[in-house]
Amino acid sequence: MPVDPTTVRRIAHLARIAVAESEVADLQAELNSMLAFVEQLSEVDIEGVEAMTSVTPMELKQREDKVNDGGIADDIVRNAPAAENHFFVVPKVVE
Amino acid sequence: MSDLTFLTLAQARDGLRRKSFSAAELTDEHLAAIERARGLNAFVLETPEQARAMAKAADTRLRSGAAQPLEGLPLGVKDLFATRDVRTTACSRILDNFVPTYESTVTASLWRDGAVLLGKCNNDEFAMGSSNETSIFGPAVSPWRRRGSNAPLVPGGSSGGSAAAVAAMLCVGALGTDTGGSIRQPAALSGIVGIKPTYGRCSRWGVVAYASSLDQPGPFARTVRDAAILLTSMAGHDPKDSTSVDRRVPDYEAAVGRSIKGMRIGIPKEYRLDGMAAEIETLWERAAKWLEAAGAQVVEVSLPHTKYALPAYYIVAPAEASSNLARYDGVRYGRRVAGGDINAMYEGTRREGFGPEVRRRIMIGTYVLSAGYYDAYYVRAQKVRTLIKRDFEDCFAQGVGAILTPATPSPAFGIGEQGDGDPVGMYLNDVFTVTVNMAGLPGISVPGGLSAQGLPLGLQLIGRPFDEETLFALAQVIEDAAGRFTPQKWW
Repeated sequence: MPVDPTTVRRIAHLARIAVAESEVADLQAELNSMLAFVEQLSEVDIEGVEAMTSVTPMELKQREDKVNDGGIADDIVRNAPAAENHFFVVPKVVE
Repeated sequence: MSDLTFLTLAQARDGLRRKSFSAAELTDEHLAAIERARGLNAFVLETPEQARAMAKAADTRLRSGAAQPLEGLPLGVKDLFATRDVRTTACSRILDNFVPTYESTVTASLWRDGAVLLGKCNNDEFAMGSSNETSIFGPAVSPWRRRGSNAPLVPGGSSGGSAAAVAAMLCVGALGTDTGGSIRQPAALSGIVGIKPTYGRCSRWGVVAYASSLDQPGPFARTVRDAAILLTSMAGHDPKDSTSVDRRVPDYEAAVGRSIKGMRIGIPKEYRLDGMAAEIETLWERAAKWLEAAGAQVVEVSLPHTKYALPAYYIVAPAEASSNLARYDGVRYGRRVAGGDINAMYEGTRREGFGPEVRRRIMIGTYVLSAGYYDAYYVRAQKVRTLIKRDFEDCFAQGVGAILTPATPSPAFGIGEQGDGDPVGMYLNDVFTVTVNMAGLPGISVPGGLSAQGLPLGLQLIGRPFDEETLFALAQVIEDAAGRFTPQKWW
């Protein structure tokens, strides 16, 4: 299933990575080289095999539904590129 | 004492307790060594003030008899671990000048036990690489050189800075992370010891995530004993990592020197690759003889799905990475590239912030998770992963206590020599190590000898889940037989 230039642009958009038109051909070649490499998996007989969900057999631990942290708004926004009054500032999204 | 940097971690620990020297002296000598070795680019951030303050506090505790297990021991930390008030970048432009307001669980354990932070070590961007060449700070350089050559070599990756720093005696030990071989491969290429513990043994909380079902922190050191001492402090249950395992942490150092008499060691025939370098094969056979001489029984075993581990990894790891790295959007932290609307901001930020290898893996991951391809790629890879793990389980069920393999298919290569054009060539470096992450097992890399060109070659031992003790016992037998390897100083 080799990817074409349209697919490259579509994946880039899904991944939210800007791609210049001049980069599409190289990316297409690199992605197809990776896909060709993983293609050998199609020869494995996976009939009746369960997909792995956890590499170590374990039950997901649960804790009491109780607030155990918080009150650190200063910490949360400390590294933000733009923040105001403990809010993250982004370009306008609703007109 | 003339040069304290020559001491192993255990020797430094014992010397501090005997008051042969102070933690301040030990730290100062390492800081001076780091300064002289800047050409290696092993550290991306030096923290001398913090190191001296921590060493001073350690000296106070040493004097008052309140010394902790790692009291006063100076370490390097891969720049993937969040360190409070100390810049943490994952060696990516996108994290920019990120300064965590929290400490990773594993590093917090080290400081609790008295260790000293010398600085943050170089790595491949987001731990994606096998040569440390994708770092935004430029490649780390190996302290090793080929005989009669000045060509700069890679220390391996992704934890290349940590490995170079330990091999060049800039610190007594260092932290790394291993997703497909990122501790064991650089340890092998740099002539030191590195262990990837069982998945869940060390907390991943506060470690920049690459592929969460495969990532595992672990130590680098110059001896097996030193690695065991570090792991004893790093391991343990952490409620903040839901995959961390609530299980007693043994005193790993006590396993060093333990007898291996009667143990069955498997040699997997599938690891004998076509066209494998003769010196790698010789090294492997010699190591099997060393284990036999120490009383182990060496048997051939089969791990039939070995060849599928690397392709399955290059589906699972990018898929998880594409999801984990979605958080870098220029909103909450790191770099932002302004754009007309929010999508342009996201796309511009991620285009500028991520390097080419990271963008490539995010895109492949996005593709294999996208509608219509999920079953064909991702689900199939996770089924193959089940088969890879089953191979190991079958092998252990036959009474095999551990598996011996080479750590890498070749010694260190030159900076810029591999991975040009076709990314897949670089991926093959992890062919022997990646199976272990896919199965969640512990694996240790220990030096076994030198190549014809005078470069270190490593051996890998793979253990049963949570049986790191057996790995330390076996690795010590190899260290005793092979000796230790030190690069000739040129930097």
